[in-house]
Amino acid sequence: MMNRRDFCKKTLIVAGGLALPLTAFQVFNPSKLRAEKTGSSKIRWVFLVDTHKCVGCGFCVKACKIENETPYDANVSRTWVERYVITRDGTASIDSPKAARDGFTSARIDQNHAGMKEIRPEDIAKAFFVPKLCNQCDNPPCVQVCPVGATYQTADGVVLVDRSWCIGCGYCVMGCPYGVRFFHPEHHVAEKCNFCYHRISKGMNSACVDACPFGARRIGNLKDPDDPVTRIIMTERVSVLKEEYGTKPQVFYLGFSLEVK
Amino acid sequence: MKNHVWRPLYIALGLLAFTLLMRQLIVPSDFGTHEQGYMYGWHRKSNEEQWKAVSVKYKTDARCRECHPDNYNDLKSSPHKMISCENCHGPNYDHPKDPIGYAVDRSRALCIRCHSLLPYPNNIRGNIRGINPETHYAPAECVMCHIPHNPKPMRQKREVRP
Repeated sequence: MMNRRDFCKKTLIVAGGLALPLTAFQVFNPSKLRAEKTGSSKIRWVFLVDTHKCVGCGFCVKACKIENETPYDANVSRTWVERYVITRDGTASIDSPKAARDGFTSARIDQNHAGMKEIRPEDIAKAFFVPKLCNQCDNPPCVQVCPVGATYQTADGVVLVDRSWCIGCGYCVMGCPYGVRFFHPEHHVAEKCNFCYHRISKGMNSACVDACPFGARRIGNLKDPDDPVTRIIMTERVSVLKEEYGTKPQVFYLGFSLEVK
Repeated sequence: MKNHVWRPLYIALGLLAFTLLMRQLIVPSDFGTHEQGYMYGWHRKSNEEQWKAVSVKYKTDARCRECHPDNYNDLKSSPHKMISCENCHGPNYDHPKDPIGYAVDRSRALCIRCHSLLPYPNNIRGNIRGINPETHYAPAECVMCHIPHNPKPMRQKREVRP
């Protein structure tokens, strides 16, 4: 017959045993735990966008959609171009109709439900175009929030999504401060720009880089000091988007303006 | 000790064993942290190869030049030299096998991507020779008067009108 003391003891032991997480049964490799990243790769893909050169033709978006089989007429895209028109009173009008797939062919600004906004040419102080794409952050928040290990960073710095592993929870779509992620309308999993991983790993450029007639988009290897893109990043004044988030974005911009978010 | 005291423990151990077994069966052997560590590295290693195996559609001007050096040289000696062949002719895919030919995009919509004049004097877009697509021969296609491979304004009119 069990007395009360024994019963309490055994209950505690059993409860404690049940409370052990499953991961406790995994054998940890201490060196793996300590080292966050090995950094042994000889490649770190980075992107350089020269906003001075962009004219908003949208060939990059068209090429991206076809190359990466993003449904052409669906209103989603791995990359897009934003137009900023700043008037003399300081207001910024921003649009990106259809992600600029067909370019910017009208001076009217697409304000969605508010209709098209006319701006008199004499009121315009400055106007410019800003191509956007995944920043392939060094500290990617989208990867950190993935509960199943479907999105990850490769050794050369590109963030990929495993389509067969993604459960479609959408945490990464919410977690990206740059809004580059979306659900693929056909595969129903998270989708994002991967610098055309199939092209860059064959020694080619990303499709948007090859499509750009003006050289506004360039891709390079930050670990190669002789790479022309690396030289520009090291020697010229470049900026990144939302530096304050601590994501360490790896898409560098030339010719930024304070209106760009 | 009586059996009914141990029974919940057996059930718990059974569940644990079942979970570990299923984990062994479901999680692929190449799933792990790999190069980028615990924070950013968890993935199936074989997925990297799956992404690398995506087919290349745009094969660049170098590929076009192999069989069409004349057209290539025409374009590359014109003011349109920086435009990739595939921007107007469409992506290569597996040409000449598939597709055998292309539906070349000769539409106004393509030309006005750059040549619709926008009132942005500070930007190079405002300095590209441009037109207002609503008033500049609206029903006509640009290629009826302008030759994309040789878009110098004066010469092409002579070529088009013999």
